[in-house]
Amino acid sequence: MKSLQELAEIRDKMKGKVALREGHNDVRIVVGMATCGIAAGARPVLNTLVEEVEKQGLTEHATVSQTGCIGICRLEPIVEVFEAGKEKITYVKMTPEKAKQVVKEHIKGGTPVYEYTIGEK
Amino acid sequence: MIRSHVLVCGGTGCTSSGSPAIREHLEKELKRQGLDEEIKVVQTGCFGLCALGPIMIVYPEGTFYSRVTENDVTEIVSEHLLKGRPVERLIYNPKTEDMPHGVTSLSETPFYKSQKRIALRNCGVIDPEQIDEYIAVDGYLALGKVLTEMKPQEVIDLIKASGLRGRGGAGFPTGTKWQFAANNAADEKYVICNADEGDPGAFMDRSVLEGDPHAVLEAMAIAGYAIGGTHGYIYVRAEYPIAVKRLKIAIDQARKYGLLGKNIFGTSFSFDIDIRLGAGAFVCGEETALMTSIEGFRGEPRNKPPFPAVKGLFAKPTIINNVETLANIPQIIVQGPEWFSSMGTDCSKGTKVFALGGKINNTGLVEIPMGTTLRQILFEIGGGIPDGKMFKAAQTGGPSGGCIPAQHLDTPIDYENLKAIGSMMGSGGLIVMDEDNCMVDIARFFLEFTVDESCGKCTPCRIGTRRLLEMLNKIIEGNGTLEDLDKMEELCHYITNNALCGLGQTAPNPVLSTLRYFRDEYVAHVVDKRCPAGVCKKLLRYEIDPNKCTGCTLCARKCPVSCIAGKVKEPHVIDQSKCIKCGACMENCKFGAISKK
Repeated sequence: MKSLQELAEIRDKMKGKVALREGHNDVRIVVGMATCGIAAGARPVLNTLVEEVEKQGLTEHATVSQTGCIGICRLEPIVEVFEAGKEKITYVKMTPEKAKQVVKEHIKGGTPVYEYTIGEK
Repeated sequence: MIRSHVLVCGGTGCTSSGSPAIREHLEKELKRQGLDEEIKVVQTGCFGLCALGPIMIVYPEGTFYSRVTENDVTEIVSEHLLKGRPVERLIYNPKTEDMPHGVTSLSETPFYKSQKRIALRNCGVIDPEQIDEYIAVDGYLALGKVLTEMKPQEVIDLIKASGLRGRGGAGFPTGTKWQFAANNAADEKYVICNADEGDPGAFMDRSVLEGDPHAVLEAMAIAGYAIGGTHGYIYVRAEYPIAVKRLKIAIDQARKYGLLGKNIFGTSFSFDIDIRLGAGAFVCGEETALMTSIEGFRGEPRNKPPFPAVKGLFAKPTIINNVETLANIPQIIVQGPEWFSSMGTDCSKGTKVFALGGKINNTGLVEIPMGTTLRQILFEIGGGIPDGKMFKAAQTGGPSGGCIPAQHLDTPIDYENLKAIGSMMGSGGLIVMDEDNCMVDIARFFLEFTVDESCGKCTPCRIGTRRLLEMLNKIIEGNGTLEDLDKMEELCHYITNNALCGLGQTAPNPVLSTLRYFRDEYVAHVVDKRCPAGVCKKLLRYEIDPNKCTGCTLCARKCPVSCIAGKVKEPHVIDQSKCIKCGACMENCKFGAISKK
């Protein structure tokens, strides 16, 4: 270790990886991962969400986790976004591509992607 | 891409209850279910709640699983990690109305709520065998700051301003200790970390070394810079294999990164650390004996002065700090002395780690701000006494400390207050006793320990503690007199005033404090020849109530010395002259006819 710079580089590289364990994030993105969800393709959606959150530098702000059956199996894969003090947003029939867009526009940008939410036909 | 971390406790407590096998099984199972690329298994240090081990935490949800067995692993992987359905039956902190989707935050549970973790901040959070994880949580930042921005005297002033005092038990101000060593010019000075934790029931230092070894290394390098030393020794018990292993790994990693060795952070400062293993002698936790042991001699204490800061290891100025003291230092530098001194009481700043043991529900490790009362520690954090029993006393400071009775439960804990009520802070062992403990027996237990561990160099300790133990045994066997109590007290004061080192000087404390608060129990042993708690066998009598006895003969058959006689369907009688007081008859009686008096 020759300089503080070097130390800071290692720290910045590792910080995002350990942030997962802090558990006090503002936004929780939850993917329905029951049998129906997995069958409909929830796993690639989950993995894409995790990847995108890290890529966009949002790990200290948002966490991605799974949950069991959300109850509307025909609309799986389902992704729900919980934000403190706000209404829950439910996305249905998700794909990895849609997931990328959700992270970019909703989690980062702050505007839900209404065309994928449960309310939209 | 990793989406979840599964933290498995790798502290000594959970290791002995099987966590390595669980971790291995978990890794295999993740691979089998194709999840090993998404989920990372992390071995951490102690979470503190040792009573409920082995412990596993799943992040990002923060699900806290307790008492996990190997058989639960497959279910956790397929249900929770794959399908997102936490395994309810294993959860310590179940769902509540506020948190319907998951689990309440760990920090909201009664065990963690009143704690404030500084020395333990990384225990159960990072993988102690990965230097990168320590760096991720601002590790080595304090060392970098000190070496590049501060002068040695500024470091000492900062530690002085924080009000940090030695956590090994005596509470000497750390900054002042550093100042003494810094003031003495010498061609070499040493920094020693005292990790020879020897009090029965204490495991604070072990947990810090196992859970966050780099914090200790970093602090030692900072101390070296402050006093002008280039070499450090960690004196750790050989009985702590996991701590030793992780320290070795940590030292190797720090050397590889150039955080130990020559020209750290490109400055002219060089510092390196070696480990010395202690062979388990309690007296080697005393600083002068510890240094003698490092020098390669038999671990015996010597006179002070000269103090180590003047003439210590290899006759050079030396500072000796306890593990927990050191673990506080990087945080004090990063967060500032004001942050640290804002916690605690007037004369005792910051926090203190206690190892809770004995008659307490949540056996484990807790770190609380100074000034917390014993009642909060035992009844809020510790979860109270098992089986609804009555609290009798708590022993702090191990064999050097004293017991604290119920009337002092609300005393705010700090160095001065504990001393005033006849105990001491000690290194942090906190042993809880309930109504079933006999205080005379407890005093004997601790005294037996010090008699065993006395190094024999000075007469007051070698012979004095032996005589004291003989008098206690006499009382316990029912042969004591009231005069013995006064004699014991006199001898206690004699030993305290005349022993060479801290071990001898404090050895009578358990006797003195039990005499002070539980003299009535001593008197019961001596005058009434009775042990009120029913512990001292020689003073016990098992008796059969003829009105309740149905003559089933079970007790007579269970008695190992055949001292119970009686005909079938007629009341039985115990022959007191043969009875060995094993209690087998009472345990087996189905009619509650046998009682202990």
